Order: sequence, then structure tokens, then C-alpha cells
Amino acid sequence: MSIKFEKVNYIYSPGTSMEKKGLDNVSFELTENSFVALVGHTGSGKSTLMQHFNALLKPSSGTIDIAGYHITNQTGNKNLKKLRKQVSLVFQFPEAQLFENTVLEDIEFGPKNFGATENEAKSKALKWLKRVGLDETIANKSPFELSGGQMRRVAIAGVMANEPAILCLDEPAAGLDPKSRKEMMKLFVDYQKAGHTVILVTHNMDDAAEYASDVLVMEHGKLIKHDVPKRIFADRNWLEKHYLDEPTSSLFAAGLTDFNFKDHPLTIDQLVAGIKENVRG
Amino acid sequence: MSKIIVGRYIPGHSLIYKMDPRSKLLVTILFILAIFLANNPITYAIVTIFCFLAVIATGLKAKVFWDGVKPLIGLIFFTSLLQLFFMTGGHIYWHWWIFSLSSYGLVNAIYIFIRFTLIILISTVMTVTTMPLEIADAMEWLLKPLKLFKVPVDKIALVISIALRFVPTLFDETLKIMNAQRSRGADFNDGGLIQRAKAITPILVPLFIHSLETAIDLSTAMESRGYRSSEGRTRYRVLSWSKCDLIALIYFVLLVGLLLIFRTH
Repeated sequence: MSIKFEKVNYIYSPGTSMEKKGLDNVSFELTENSFVALVGHTGSGKSTLMQHFNALLKPSSGTIDIAGYHITNQTGNKNLKKLRKQVSLVFQFPEAQLFENTVLEDIEFGPKNFGATENEAKSKALKWLKRVGLDETIANKSPFELSGGQMRRVAIAGVMANEPAILCLDEPAAGLDPKSRKEMMKLFVDYQKAGHTVILVTHNMDDAAEYASDVLVMEHGKLIKHDVPKRIFADRNWLEKHYLDEPTSSLFAAGLTDFNFKDHPLTIDQLVAGIKENVRG
Repeated sequence: MSKIIVGRYIPGHSLIYKMDPRSKLLVTILFILAIFLANNPITYAIVTIFCFLAVIATGLKAKVFWDGVKPLIGLIFFTSLLQLFFMTGGHIYWHWWIFSLSSYGLVNAIYIFIRFTLIILISTVMTVTTMPLEIADAMEWLLKPLKLFKVPVDKIALVISIALRFVPTLFDETLKIMNAQRSRGADFNDGGLIQRAKAITPILVPLFIHSLETAIDLSTAMESRGYRSSEGRTRYRVLSWSKCDLIALIYFVLLVGLLLIFRTH
């Protein structure tokens, strides 16, 4: 299920004194089953772009083709459910969306809305509760009795239980401890490997370098670069100019001035391999 | 933030904006009272002209004021019609059952119409040129005499200021929660009344929790910065009397003078 944005503009509060351009002539195409990292500093338009994926926002001009839908500024609010069933969004700090009496009911909310029967919803909820690394024993607890990290996992389970073809996540690991962070990332990578498209809004360049097949770089509402991580992170000056970090491994390798790397390493594995080669050679 | 402008404030630079909110609030209230001094065509004309000059002095588009009047236009017409058909006296043009159309009724209907419209216009002048927090400050100042009767004016003012400050925050949070639930397939536009009422739960519960959390965070932040009640606190927004306030005062005194001279005694 490919995604295509063509000359998409989005204007906040048009015609008022607070008019502001959210997206400025954004065009790109993503192939099915890719893992996309959406990067850029705060206020660059990442979240605005993300909300276009399931038509929470509609372009002021331009067109979007996603999951068989053609979205323009003429698109109405009706019949968007099918789109939202296929394209799901996990917002920043998604624990804010919990509301049900029990964890299980909260996770079932999405599947039920999208037409699953009681039994289907329940089995999906239990399946995803396990997948996000939580124990079945908490299924009947109130979500508000849980710890912050557990609430985050329940909220993510609540979205992933819809099993969307395209899953967009806005900094899902923000504020989590390193172990949870790793587990969450693995969950998303596995989901992509199972044949879905994953779009990850992130400030963590290590994640972008390691997992992404595409990196989209946003700045001032414009898409300033769309490429594979290798080429994105190759130009240090360009990264610095646009206030983007380098992946840790890349920085580490740059510090090893006596070493020669065939390919500039972006991940720990590549770094280790590169160092080994140098030491042996 | 596209639909709701909190407190209707519209940024601008004209003289009225430079007025102290206290004098603005006071002059507005007095102006509304002065409208009731008018009781004949000349005085109504005077007060109308003064009101329109104030509207023009804001330097804002006419549409802003039309938007202020529009929601109440039905009420204005209804009240005017009541006057028109139920008031008797003077020359009677038409009569049927309990309805009658008289010269008194006609004149009074027009007066009521003007009075209503002017009250809305002049309060709109104030609300569009003054930030909600400034209005709260001005109200605190106006209510100060109540301190004599042990009314905790400062605390009430603090509560109002905090409430106003958090309206946009809560609005943003509501929007965020709605979007999150929409992404989970919630539908806020479809279905019958019961379905729609049910659809509100997924918004209200998170919103309440968020509000309580914000309140707890805010009180913790205030206490950790040493906030102690409101005794002898300095102000972040210092209010000061300026030349603009003097002009407004003279303008108002002139209006009242003219009204007193020309009104029917």
C-alpha cells in the first residue's frame, strides 16, 4: 500500500491574523512495507504531516493517495472510517487517550469501532496486550492504576490492535526507560517485517539510522530531504546546518581519526565490524 | 485553534488598545448605564454617534462587530416586536385581539432596538480590544472595595486568571484527545442523540484526568516557587493610567453632559 503526497500545502487558520503555513509544497512517495523515519526539529511540521496520513487534517491544496483513498481539500468527513482502519496514528504521550474501566475494554475500543465482534475484539486485545509486553493479569485492572510505562504500552496496544496496514507513531518511546524503549522499537520493527508500513516520528537518529528504509527530513513545513539513511547521514555539514544529530556510531567513528572505514558506520553493528577490520588489517 | 478565539480578543494597535483595562472596563460599564439616560430622538442620536465613534476608533473591520451582534439579533428583534405589538398609547394604527400597533409602541420598539444594539456594540469594543487576563485584572481592581467585607478578592482573581489562562490549553488537549479517539475509529458526527452522547465519554474522561493532573502540577509548581497566598504580591502586568484613559474619560463626560442637556425632563 503505497503512499503518495503531491504538492501538499496546509494552512492553519486561513484568512485570520493567525494564518500560518503548516505544510509547504510537500511531495513524496513511499513504497509499501517500508520503515520510515520522519525527523526534524520541533515545529518543523512533522505532526502536521502525520495528521494528513489518516485525514485528521486535509490538505489546503494538493493531493494525497493513501490506502486506496484519494484525499483533497474536497474530501468530506464521511466514510473516513475505512481509511482510519487501515492507517492508524499513535500520538505523542498516547496514555492520554485511555478512558475505559478496564485495560481490556480500552484496547477493544478500536477494534469494536472498526466492526469487530465481541469475541474478535477480545482475542485481538489479549493478543496485543501480550505483544506490547504486558501480563494478562492486568487485563481487568483499571488503566489508571498502572504505571506510566504500562499505560503507554496499553495505549499503543489499543492502536495496534486495529492491525493497520500503515502505522504512524509520534515519538512513541519518549520518556520511557532504555529497556522499554528497546522493546518498543523491536515491536515496531517486527510489525514492519510482518508486512506493514511503519512511519516513526523521532528525534533519535540512532533509531532512524538503524531501522529506517526511508528518512524524511522536515524543516519549516517543507520536506527538505527524502533519502536512505546512508545518504542522509553522509553529509555532516548538512546535518549540522539543519540542527540534526548524527547517529552515535557515526560520531564515534568520526572520532577514530586513525581508522579507515570503507562505509561510514551508522549502527553499532557496522561500527564494530569496521573497527574489527581496522584492528586486524 | 481555528474556530474558537478565546475571549474574542483581536490584536490591534489603535488608541483604545493603549487604554488601561481598568478604565476601559469602568467606562464601558458607565457607557452602558448612560445609554439609559437617552429618552428622546436627539439623545438617542447622540449616544448612537458616540458609540459608533468608539467602534471606529478600534480600527477593526465592521465584520468583527457584526459577529458580536449576530448571535443576539433574534433576541433583539423579539424584544422589539413585543414592544411593538403589546404597548399601547398614543395614536393606534391597528388593533386585533390582544395585539395593537400604536405610535408609542413603534417609538419604543425602535428605542429598545437601538439600546440593545448599542450595549452589544460597546461591550464588543471592550472585549475585542482587551485580553481576557487584562479584564480579570481590571475586575479584581473594581472588586477591591469588597475586601472590607472580608471577600477574598485576590484569591477570586487568581482563580479567574488561572481559569482563563488554561482555556486554550484545555482546548488544545480536547482537540488532541478527539484526534486520538478518531484515529481509533470513534465517530463524533454520526448516529442518533444517544450514540453521540456515548461518543463523548472517550473525550470527557481523559479530559477530566488531564485537568486534574494539570491542576496538581500547577499547584506543585507554584508551591515550589514559594507562592504564599496573595499578600503583598507584585504584579506581572503592571497597570498604569495614561493619556488615552484621560481622553476616554473626557469623551465619556462629554457624552453624559450632552445627554443631560438634551434629554426630556
